[in-house]
Amino acid sequence: MVDIYTKPKISVAQIVLLFSILVLVVVVGIPVILIFLTAFFEDGKLNIPGFVQILKDPDTYQALWNSLVIAFGTTLVSTTVGVFFAWLVARTDLPFKKTMKALFLVPFMLPSFIGALAWKVLLSPRAGYINKFLMALLGLENAPIDIMSMGGIIVIESMYLFPFVFLQVESALERMDPTLEESARISGAGLLTITRKITLPLVLPSILSGALLVALYSLAHFGVPAILGTEKGIYNIPTKIYERIYSSGGSFRAIRVGTILSTILVISAALILKAQDLLLKKGKYQIIAGKSMRPMLLKLRALRTPLLIVSILYIGITVILPTVTIFLVGGLKTYGLSFELKNLTWANYLEIFRWKMTKDAIWNSVYLSLGAALVTMLAGTMISYVIVKSRPRGKFILELLGVLPFSLPGTVIALGVILTWSGRFGINIYNTPWIIFVAYVARYMAFSLKSNSAALQQVSDSLEEASRACGATHFQTLKNIVLPLIRPGMISAFFLIFLPALRELTTSVLLYGPTTRTIGVAIYALNEDGETVRAAALASVALIIILVGETSIRNFLARLQKQE
Amino acid sequence: MSELKLISVTKRFNQVVAVNKLNLEVRKGECFSFLGPSGCGKTTTLRMIAGFEDLDEGELIVDGEVYSSSYKKYYLPPEKRDFGMVFQAFAVWPHLTVWDNVAFPLQIRRIPKIEMEKRVKEALQSTGLSAIKDLYPSKLSGGEQQRIALARAVAINPKVMLLDEPLSNLDPKLREEMRFEIKDLQRRFGFTILYVTHDQAEAMALSDRMLVMNLGVVQQVGKPLEIYNEPANKFVFSFIGLSNFLKVRVRQGRAFPLGQEEGSPISDEAPTDLGDTCYAAFRPGEVDLVSTSSGSGISGVVTRSTFLGDLVDYRISIGSQEIRVQKPKKNGLLRNGEACRVRINRIHWFPLD
Repeated sequence: MVDIYTKPKISVAQIVLLFSILVLVVVVGIPVILIFLTAFFEDGKLNIPGFVQILKDPDTYQALWNSLVIAFGTTLVSTTVGVFFAWLVARTDLPFKKTMKALFLVPFMLPSFIGALAWKVLLSPRAGYINKFLMALLGLENAPIDIMSMGGIIVIESMYLFPFVFLQVESALERMDPTLEESARISGAGLLTITRKITLPLVLPSILSGALLVALYSLAHFGVPAILGTEKGIYNIPTKIYERIYSSGGSFRAIRVGTILSTILVISAALILKAQDLLLKKGKYQIIAGKSMRPMLLKLRALRTPLLIVSILYIGITVILPTVTIFLVGGLKTYGLSFELKNLTWANYLEIFRWKMTKDAIWNSVYLSLGAALVTMLAGTMISYVIVKSRPRGKFILELLGVLPFSLPGTVIALGVILTWSGRFGINIYNTPWIIFVAYVARYMAFSLKSNSAALQQVSDSLEEASRACGATHFQTLKNIVLPLIRPGMISAFFLIFLPALRELTTSVLLYGPTTRTIGVAIYALNEDGETVRAAALASVALIIILVGETSIRNFLARLQKQE
Repeated sequence: MSELKLISVTKRFNQVVAVNKLNLEVRKGECFSFLGPSGCGKTTTLRMIAGFEDLDEGELIVDGEVYSSSYKKYYLPPEKRDFGMVFQAFAVWPHLTVWDNVAFPLQIRRIPKIEMEKRVKEALQSTGLSAIKDLYPSKLSGGEQQRIALARAVAINPKVMLLDEPLSNLDPKLREEMRFEIKDLQRRFGFTILYVTHDQAEAMALSDRMLVMNLGVVQQVGKPLEIYNEPANKFVFSFIGLSNFLKVRVRQGRAFPLGQEEGSPISDEAPTDLGDTCYAAFRPGEVDLVSTSSGSGISGVVTRSTFLGDLVDYRISIGSQEIRVQKPKKNGLLRNGEACRVRINRIHWFPLD
């Protein structure tokens, strides 16, 4: 008898595809659609005038304007600082380059809202330690520096965002074919001309893509404006949405205003991403080629030591000063006392682990970020595999949905999750940790997709085909060939989600309930209540957790890389 | 008159001596090649001439003027040397059009606009790029990109043109074509060429004189034909074309393959000053293969014959040694395992290492 193999009506690939689409639809699709629906429709009718009216409201209009000004200013300052230090490290004979390069990436580790908290302690016009010191020293009536202003917000955000630009530009400069600059030199151009006419234009795509990352981030950033602006009545879009919802006790009208502002955020983010996409396509120069000789380095000569001092001072002021401040304030017996040994106590730190609110917050953050990282990583692996490798019909839906998470700021995700999961579809998880969990999965799906699809693109199709030709089934091929090969990508996706989720504030601040505060929320709430010392003590504990986490993970990844 | 003079130039990278006490004079209008395997120091030498590397010892003098001197700690920066240079990786600027790439060195020199346009046009014309002057390099082929680099280098009318393996990123057919274009450009613009390559055919085809280098040390300087005909040592012989080295025992001017001292000698004009045993070196084409019946010649056995089109490539074992022989197909085919006699027409003698 001849055994004829017939294909089942629905193949495994199709089931996986459908499941992937389902995940994306539920996690990001529905929330986004609900935001747009709520923004544009009222009582089932299209309501454009209502939409316009809310944007015209001076209160919301001002928030919109502030968001743009902060994003623009932050992008400008971060880009300038980032390009300058990248050039200094990659193209001059600055001493201790390797160390300096590592140091310039440290600001990434310090959560910006904790930095903002420290700067508020140091430079707030009323009680800032540095301001008080300067006033006493110079005999001034008023505080010389007011960090709680638009300018202050821009400067503090730039301090912690410039590594985005630094990282991109430094690596572009390092990988650039040095003969591109040498041929300009032999053509008669001096170093300044070369920098201006050859080097900078060639790394322009990297500069711009770093700048756009900063813009994307600062446009929808909650922490710094919340800590430095709210008290003075300075709001950007995320803090305005929070203020409206919080002050109205979560009324639908406030949420509707939130969705309208969110729509603006999503559109701006989409435009920024589109711009980046166009740039990357246009700027796809082949600048990495040829045998790599040592690139020529500008001899700084007399400026060498001063510039090193400037760099070290910069790190000292942006990283060490705020960190030390946070630790010291966290140990004060009462806020406002001077930093003398007799005013400091360990009790505050111990209290963090005894007090229910802070204890809960640490625990919530740890398990929520671990859980979200694991689930998002696995879902991202599956979805990336379908997008990159298999070519079933209907894949385009998935690709469309797959880009969506990239353009969703944290505030928008929080709103969408509220609209979706507070009973409308029969499931109400509002005020439970689950709603934060769902929001984290949506928020970090983009990271997971990026990391996983990058890893999958490295796995050539022929490797899978070779395995199939050897007689392995599709499933065996996945298990024995594909998964081991993309494991580094999966692991890095896990940590790319776990670390930022641990310190998350923007999304969870809109979603927390009485017992579901995260670390970020708890620090923010304590600060709002004027409990500066407790906020600082919790922030110190958070910094230690982050530092330990980052270092052990970096060591782990380094060891993994050695094994490969 | 000499245009460019290197005096006892030495360059070290950490502990490794990349170039060792190199002395050289290149004449005006000459096309001079540096030939050697990769890592032999030829590119380093060129980069020292360009001014990208300092000298650990020695001097570089161009047109009677000191350009680099380790003794005076004086180095004229590359941008002041008025040289043209072409790199292996093309190094055309992707953010500038073809025209702007070529105009760049002239703009730097603040050449008046009318004069500049004339010279760019001329450079583009002589490299055949006029039609694509407004395109961006990333849209162009490797050959076109390298022409841009050439045009850019000739636009300033350089005294000296430095070419660092300019053709090795191109496919073989294009490579041959471009050799002639470079020679044409030299004829038209009258510059001196310093040409770095690891391809001996390229060096032979282009150069008036050339230098063979190995491990930082100059092996031989001379005209291509001289070097081919009178190689100074075993390295030069092996680097220029295909080569055989047969170990021989010399007795009263008669040389026998090692282990076959009873039969006929491969030569009775062997030098006696190289010791008891030495190498007989010869090209695969300088060998006659005749049938065993014809008497003279050393005996060998065909171990492999490969048909290459016009030529047949044989491996012939002679005792425990093997040589390579190439003969035109028309001379008839020998089969694998067939015994034959080998006569070598032109032999170079080198001492054992």
